[in-house]
Amino acid sequence: MTKYLLSVHSGLDDYARPLDEMQPMFDAVGQYNQTARDAGIWVFAGGLQSPDLATVIDNTGAAPIVTDGPYLESKEWIGGFWIFELPDLDVALQWATEASKACGGPVEVRPFEGEA
Amino acid sequence: MDSDPEPTVSIERIYREEYGRIVASLTRRFGDIDIAEEAAGEALLAAVERWPRDGVPPNPGGWLTTTAGNRAIDRLRRESHRDAKHQAALMISDDSPHEPTGAVEDDRLRLIFTCCHPALAPEARVALTLRLLGGLTVAEIAQAFLVPETTMAQRITRAKKKISVAKIPYRVPSPADLGERVDGVLAVLYLVFNEGYLSSSADASPIRDELTGEAIRLARILRALLPDAPEVTGLLALMLLTEARRAVRVADGQLVPLHEQDRGGWDRDLIAEGHDLVRECLALRASGGARPGPYQLLAAINAVHTDAPTAADTDWSQIATLYAQLYAVSPSPIVALNRAVAIAELDGPALALAEVDRLDLATYHAWHATRADLLRRLGRSAEARAAYDAALALTDNEAERAYLSRRRGQLG
Repeated sequence: MTKYLLSVHSGLDDYARPLDEMQPMFDAVGQYNQTARDAGIWVFAGGLQSPDLATVIDNTGAAPIVTDGPYLESKEWIGGFWIFELPDLDVALQWATEASKACGGPVEVRPFEGEA
Repeated sequence: MDSDPEPTVSIERIYREEYGRIVASLTRRFGDIDIAEEAAGEALLAAVERWPRDGVPPNPGGWLTTTAGNRAIDRLRRESHRDAKHQAALMISDDSPHEPTGAVEDDRLRLIFTCCHPALAPEARVALTLRLLGGLTVAEIAQAFLVPETTMAQRITRAKKKISVAKIPYRVPSPADLGERVDGVLAVLYLVFNEGYLSSSADASPIRDELTGEAIRLARILRALLPDAPEVTGLLALMLLTEARRAVRVADGQLVPLHEQDRGGWDRDLIAEGHDLVRECLALRASGGARPGPYQLLAAINAVHTDAPTAADTDWSQIATLYAQLYAVSPSPIVALNRAVAIAELDGPALALAEVDRLDLATYHAWHATRADLLRRLGRSAEARAAYDAALALTDNEAERAYLSRRRGQLG
């Protein structure tokens, strides 16, 4: 079994959308999450707050430096993700296909490093 | 035991033919493409050493597979104390029951689907298929696609790493996905064939029979593995009917268009085989099969062409009908361009030119070449000359350039 990260990228506009517009997506994702839990593949999942609430700390120099905002300058950041434990990429792509439909965005599938 | 006058040539030919089978079966057994490839290479070395001395064994493929399997086990035993993963692989192989012979064919089918998986970059799918199923060396594949050997080696290594790390499965897709995934495999084979049929490069020879030959060989394997997939049959027929014309497609370094080819130089055996396959597709359709896909329709078009004793005998109305059907399943401007060529024969060049001018294909050399020919037939020489120039500017294939230059020079 391999752990896969299924991540969704979103822009700042997505965070600005009104709640009632987002509700159908929340419902679909909630249902999808339940299906994943029932299937026994669930490791972890979560949605992330807006990237402008991020803080970066860099302690590679003489002293730690704290900066406001996300690390990468970008128009899209990871907005949410699932971590599932699955037998192979085809199965992961099937789950990602449903995830993309539920959350209404493209989903990137990426395997974790092995634990051996 | 046979004694072979040219044992090295024979060993290499057998090895090349058996390579896909050996790698497929070892990949299944050891769960690792690299181990399978290394072991296959060691089996070749053993054959080169022994066969000239002892003769070629009665079942050379079986000998190579068994030898490769033993070499892989030796290697895993040697390395097992320092590599837990290999140890695990060895344990799996020890636990598994002996595969019946029939499963060997399934292994090769598995390997084709793994090599052509949509999660791999298209150029990596082509390279992996030629390497693992075709047994071509990395150097040969690099040369075929005119990239440096190191680039091709990296491309293949990266693809194999993705297969192993992301766990691209080694199995025939489920029935729900099979159609789409077979289409992906056919696209890879057709790409290999087309690069051989009309090389896109100035540095390569205009027709690369090593690539068309390899594509046909792989299509034959795929058809043997999936006899009930009509598009597989269609693609094989299309390739055979195209390959049948190879010997006369280039003369004196110039591409010879279909209507000028010496039909006596066509390969009658390949044409007969291609026609049989097309008939098989038609029979399947007549007995309630699915609507024919693009490869079957292209094969049927080529069957009509190769059925005509002279160019003047060509049944253009049937060809136009088939292109119309093709356009219905695959509405691309390139299909519309080819349909226009048939319309020129049926309804004259003026009508065809009107069709062609509607297409948004200004970056495609064949669009300009078709326009040039239609303008020439309409006596509009100055415009034809400009169109030949535009076509010449867009193609690097030497034989095609030679043909276009000659036609341009013949304008009044």
